[in-house]
Amino acid sequence: MVVSATSRPGGGRGSGDPGRPPPPSGGRKGRIIPRLPVRLRRLGLPYLLILPALLLELLVHLIPMVIGIGMSFIKLTQLYIRNWSAAPSAGWSNYHLAVDFNAPVGRALLHSFLVTVAFTLITVALSWFFGMAGAVLMQGEFRGRGVLRALFLVPYALPVYAGVITWSFLLQRDSGLVNHVLVDQLHLFGDKPFWLIGQNSFASIVVVSLWRWWPFAFLVLMAGLQNIPRDLYEASAIDGAGWMRQLRSVTLPMLRPVNQVLVLVLFLWTFNDFNTPYVLFGKTAPQEADLISIHIYQSSFVTWNFGTGSAMSVLLLLFLLLVTAIYLLITSRRRSDA
Amino acid sequence: MLTRKPYVFAVAGALMLAAAACGSSDSSTSGSAAAPASITYWASNQGTSLESDKQILQPELDRFTKETGIKVNLEVVPWSDLLNRILAAATSGKGPDVVNIGNTWSASLQATGAFVPLDDTQLNALGGKARFLGPSLAATGAPGQPPVGAPLYSTAYALYYNKHMFKDAGIADPPKTWDELVADGKKLTKDGKWGLAVEGASVSENAHMIFTLGQQHGGDLFDSSGKSQFDSPANVAAVKQYLDFIATDKITNPSDAAYSNGTEALQDFIGGKAAMVMWQSASGTLKTGGMTPDDYGVAPIPLPDPSSGGKQVDSMVGGINISVFDSAANKDGALKFVKFMTSKQTQQDLNKAYGSLPTVTDAYDDPAFQTPEIKTYQQILANTAAPLPQVANESQFETLVGNAMNQLFADAASGKPITDESVKAKLTEANQQMAG
Repeated sequence: MVVSATSRPGGGRGSGDPGRPPPPSGGRKGRIIPRLPVRLRRLGLPYLLILPALLLELLVHLIPMVIGIGMSFIKLTQLYIRNWSAAPSAGWSNYHLAVDFNAPVGRALLHSFLVTVAFTLITVALSWFFGMAGAVLMQGEFRGRGVLRALFLVPYALPVYAGVITWSFLLQRDSGLVNHVLVDQLHLFGDKPFWLIGQNSFASIVVVSLWRWWPFAFLVLMAGLQNIPRDLYEASAIDGAGWMRQLRSVTLPMLRPVNQVLVLVLFLWTFNDFNTPYVLFGKTAPQEADLISIHIYQSSFVTWNFGTGSAMSVLLLLFLLLVTAIYLLITSRRRSDA
Repeated sequence: MLTRKPYVFAVAGALMLAAAACGSSDSSTSGSAAAPASITYWASNQGTSLESDKQILQPELDRFTKETGIKVNLEVVPWSDLLNRILAAATSGKGPDVVNIGNTWSASLQATGAFVPLDDTQLNALGGKARFLGPSLAATGAPGQPPVGAPLYSTAYALYYNKHMFKDAGIADPPKTWDELVADGKKLTKDGKWGLAVEGASVSENAHMIFTLGQQHGGDLFDSSGKSQFDSPANVAAVKQYLDFIATDKITNPSDAAYSNGTEALQDFIGGKAAMVMWQSASGTLKTGGMTPDDYGVAPIPLPDPSSGGKQVDSMVGGINISVFDSAANKDGALKFVKFMTSKQTQQDLNKAYGSLPTVTDAYDDPAFQTPEIKTYQQILANTAAPLPQVANESQFETLVGNAMNQLFADAASGKPITDESVKAKLTEANQQMAG
C-alpha cells in the first residue's frame, strides 16, 4: 500500500482546489495519519474492503490449486511426502498413466469418466424436469402451499451425511425399507434385488442424487417464475393459448437466463459430487456406479500416489473448463441471435 | 472527516484479521518442555466407542502422570480418519508426539521417515527384543530395518461359532478342516439362517483373508524381488475358495457381499443369523452385544492338509503399534510414554479391557489371560500367524486386491458364475495397477 505524504500544509484553505474537501479541523489530527490524496483514498477504499476476502480466496482456493497442479508433475509418494522438494520430477508421466487407455489404470479412469457423464446428464435432466414441474404447479395459491414448499426443500437442506446414510439403510437388501415394500408387501420381484452393488447401483445413485438436487432446481425456478409478469400470461390466454402453449412460449423463453445458470451449476456440482457416493457406497464404489471423484480418490490418494491423483484431478478440471466454455459460448450466441 | 473513518476501520480490520490468522497457528503445537512437560497422544479406536476408549485409557494416563510428572493430552481418533491425519502430520511436521498405528501400515509409514526408528539401545530400554512376541515384533517395519514402533496390542483371526446353533444342528465340535467347515455350514444353513458370515465389501477384511488363504495354497503376494504377483495360481485358488462360500457352497448369505463398514458380519453373528464368523479379537464387541462364553466358542481357522504343500498359516498378525513422531516436540517424554505403555501393568490392564493380547511375554501371568479364548489366540499367534508383507506399497496391495474382491463378491452375489478365468482376469488387472 503506497502512502504518500502530502506536502500541502493543513491550513491551506482557499487554495482553490475544488476537488479537495476542507481539511480537518485540527491540524494535529492531520499529521498523525498520513494524508493520501482524495482520489486515491476514494478509489482505495473498495479495494481495501475486499482485501481480506481476496487474501482468503487466494489462500484457500487458488494457491492450493496451483500447488495441486505442481504436484502432478512430480512423483509424490509416501517416500517424499515429508520433503516435497526432494521428490523426483515425473515430467508428463503421471498424465501418460492417466490417459493411456490400453493400460488398466487409464482404462478404469475412462470407464469411470463415462459413467460419471451418463450419471450427470441423467441427474441434471431429471432434476431440472422435476424442479420445473414443481415450480410451475406450485405457482397458484392453494392451501398448504407453504408447508409443501418447505417439505420439498428439506432434502436440499439436510446435512449430506444424515440424508444419504438414511438412503443406504433404506436400500439394504435384507433389512431395507425399499425391498420390504417392493418384495414383501407389493410382491413386484421374486428375489430381493441388490441396490447397493451390481447393476442396480447406478439407478440407486441417480435416485439419491436426484433426491438431493431437485429441490435446488425447484427453488431457483420458483424464484425465476415469480419474475415473469402476469400480463404476459393474460395476453397469451386472450390469444387462445392453452396451458402447454403458455409453457413453451412464455415461461421457458422468459426463464432462459435462469436456466442457463441453473443447468451449468447443477452440471458442475453433480459431476464433482464426492459426498453422495462416498456416504452411500462406503470407501469403494461398485464398478457400475464408479463416479470420477471417488475413483480418483481411490486410485491414488488411498494408495499414497499423490502425483497420479493430482494429474487425474487436473485432467478433470480441464474437461470441466472446456464444457463450461463451450456451454457459455453456445448459450450466449443463441441469445444474441434472438 | 467522513471519508476518513471507513478508511481507518478498513485498515484496522484487515490488520486484525491477518494478526489473528498468524497468531492461532502457534497455539496448536504440543506443549514443549518449557511449561509443565506434556505430550500429545492420538489413540486409535479399540473399544466399542470413542468415549469408552477415553474411559479405559484415562486411569493409565493418570498413573503415567503420577509416575513421571508428564501430562498426556489424549485424543481418540476414529479409524476412518486416522491414516489421513497421520499423513497430514507427516507432511506438515505438526502433529502429536505419540500415535497408535495399525501394524499393517508400519512399512509404508516407515518409508515416509516421519517416525523415530527404535534402535537397539531404545529397544533394550523397553526390555529387549526377546521380551516382545515374535510375530508382533515382525510386524513393526520392513525386515532388516529398525522398527518404527513398539507393538502394543496383538490380535489374530479366529473362527467364532455359535454353540447353541451347533448343538441344534447336531455338530459336536468346531470344524478343523475346510471340508468340515463347508459341511457344517450346509447343515446350519436353513430357515433363513446361514452357516458363515463374511464382510464381503470390506477392503481390509478381504485383503487379510486373501493373504491367509493364499499362504495356505502355497503362494505369496509378492515374489522374492518385491514384485507383486496377485494372479499367481495359488492366489487365484485362494480367492475362488473364499468366493465359493456364496457362489457354490451357498453357506453364506449373498447379502454379505454388500457388508462394508466392519460391523455387519459380526452383528449377524450376534443376532443369531449366522452360525460362524472369522474375525479378529471380537470378544469385546460380543460382550457388548450380550453374548457370553456360554453362547460362543473360539477355534482356530481351519488349516490345510500338511501334504498339500501350503503353509500352515491361519491368520495374519493383527495388532496395533505405538510410534513416536520424528517431529515430536517432546521426544523424551514420548519415549518414556512408550516404555510405560509396554510395561507389564499397563499391558495387562489395557489388553484385559480391549480383549486383545499383550505383546510382551511377561504380561501373561495374569489369570485373565488364561481363558480358553485367550489361550487359543496365543496358540495362533505363536505358531500359525504370519505378518502381511512388510513392503512400502502394502496399502496399495490392500486397496487393489480388496477392490477386486469386492467386485467379484458382487458378481457372485448376483448369480454370475465364478470361474478360475474370471477370477484370474480381475486379479491380473489389480496386479497391473501396482505402480512401480
